[in-house]
Amino acid sequence: MATQVFKIPESFRKNVRYSFCPGCDHGVAVRLVAECLDELGLTENAITATSIGCSVGLYDFLNVDSIEAPHGRALAVATGVKRAKPDKFVFTYQGDGDFASIGWAESMHCAFRGENLSAICINNTTYGMTGGQLGPTTLLGQVTTTSPTGRNIEYYGYPVKIAEHIALSDGTAYSARVSLDSVANIKKAKLAIKKAFEVQLKGLGFGFVEILSSCPTNWRMTPEQAHERVRDEMMQIFKLGVYKDITV
Amino acid sequence: MVVECLTGTKVLMKGNYAIANAAVLAGCQCYFGYPITPQSEIGEFMSGKMQQLGRAYVSAESELAAINMVIGAVSTGVKAMSSSSSCAISLMQEALSYATSDQLPVVLVSVMRGGPGLGNIYPSQGDYNQATIGGGNGDYNIIVLAPSNVQECIDLTYKAFYLAFKYRNPTILLADGLLGQMMEPVEFYDYPYPEIDTSSWALTGAKGRDARVIRSYAPLETDQCVYVDNLFKKYKLIEENEVEYEEYMTDDAELVVAAFGSMYRNVKSAVKICREKGLKVGAFRPITLYPFPSKRLSELADRVEKFLVTEINMGQMVRDVRLAVNGKARVLFKGKAVGAMIDVEDLVEEIEKQMGGV
Repeated sequence: MATQVFKIPESFRKNVRYSFCPGCDHGVAVRLVAECLDELGLTENAITATSIGCSVGLYDFLNVDSIEAPHGRALAVATGVKRAKPDKFVFTYQGDGDFASIGWAESMHCAFRGENLSAICINNTTYGMTGGQLGPTTLLGQVTTTSPTGRNIEYYGYPVKIAEHIALSDGTAYSARVSLDSVANIKKAKLAIKKAFEVQLKGLGFGFVEILSSCPTNWRMTPEQAHERVRDEMMQIFKLGVYKDITV
Repeated sequence: MVVECLTGTKVLMKGNYAIANAAVLAGCQCYFGYPITPQSEIGEFMSGKMQQLGRAYVSAESELAAINMVIGAVSTGVKAMSSSSSCAISLMQEALSYATSDQLPVVLVSVMRGGPGLGNIYPSQGDYNQATIGGGNGDYNIIVLAPSNVQECIDLTYKAFYLAFKYRNPTILLADGLLGQMMEPVEFYDYPYPEIDTSSWALTGAKGRDARVIRSYAPLETDQCVYVDNLFKKYKLIEENEVEYEEYMTDDAELVVAAFGSMYRNVKSAVKICREKGLKVGAFRPITLYPFPSKRLSELADRVEKFLVTEINMGQMVRDVRLAVNGKARVLFKGKAVGAMIDVEDLVEEIEKQMGGV
């Protein structure tokens, strides 16, 4: 008798066309979020504040009540939702530009206040939806459409290390950086997302996961090359690990 | 101050406290704000009162964050608000555009001060355009209510919550530093409006139903056109049903002095004096700045020779009066950029000059 070992998560909407580019890690990340919502039984009690950029499509993919926040304001909107309805499970799913550039104040202060929220940030070192411009996490030397000769310190300064900054806040319960470049790391990423969700459920404070992700389209790479870049370049600067976990 | 004891008795109260108390009585569950003079008493009062009542209060990191927190809170169907002033309301324009498109019942109190830029903390009406036209992107309207005394600060705060929910549209209570800081005797009463059912749209978690999405983003050209067309059907309803204004001795008036908010107080006094002098003059005050009482002004223009618009700004509402009158009568303007109301004596002098002297 056949046994089903792989299925579409219940938290996914049915019959949806996915808008992510081939090889993009967003698809894997959204799936992990959906699996965690399923496994923790949160889908029907969840509200998400979505962001602007490639991540905006979250409400098309997840079968979860959603409100679209202006660019960078997802965690302010999420704060409003959570304060109005403390019994709801509230989370955001944002890109690095949304979270760490235009929304840096909203993100950091959410952590400072120790809001009982969970935030997932996709770090792909570029503004993907607008065609691959330099963002807050663009690596030194990286060529983008607005750093045509590569990111240099004189013109652009340094890339932001998000998970480390979030971990510095007293209001943060959990902060980790994970990657989706291998099966082993995907498994670790799922555990981290689940942990960021669980600290909210326990009322411990802000839960955060930064996910290193590939952007083959804007990096002008094959999906395989893109994952090699995640390993060989991104993970050298953005070290994987748990930067804060008050439950251990 | 214990709110429950306030209803039914006459108390002497500052405009800012009156607004804050009225919001609490209206059932506002969440307040999000950032300090700015001349409205800081609202946030100060709310910080204690909301905690005392077990409701939500957040000292936001910026006005930008504060108004987005309101967006989040009202998306769940609860009453929520922020309050701010002039240069800080500028920071909220992005969110107000989103809130109109998302059809969210955001309530914002704007207590105007001097501008542009940082300006100063004297009263002003320089944000008429900011409230009625706004600085957000796209085609949208915000309901704007303008009180002219402290009692009306209460009445129109109640109404702001009601209209915001009735039409699922952001609503601004547009006061100024004078109203915010002055004390007048007021009487509180229970929130007089019906509670609006939010169960068809509020985000409560997708239990036993499909997930809901509150969004402004329609990727296709036709979708966005249909969406905005529907918004404008709603605005038409608002314009047909919610116009509110006050008139004084306009029946036989040859000249009508028009003003909104605190400025109307001296206008009415000046008109009384001019009537005693035998001048056929009346006063007109829009209470809803959007929807603007254009139709009534147009009717008056059929027989009124001149309108004199007075504002504590360099001429903002006067444009709406000109559009309403549409050339049927002369529209004159007397204003100043910032400060207290134009003196009654100066208004009387101006009226006499415009009426050819007596």
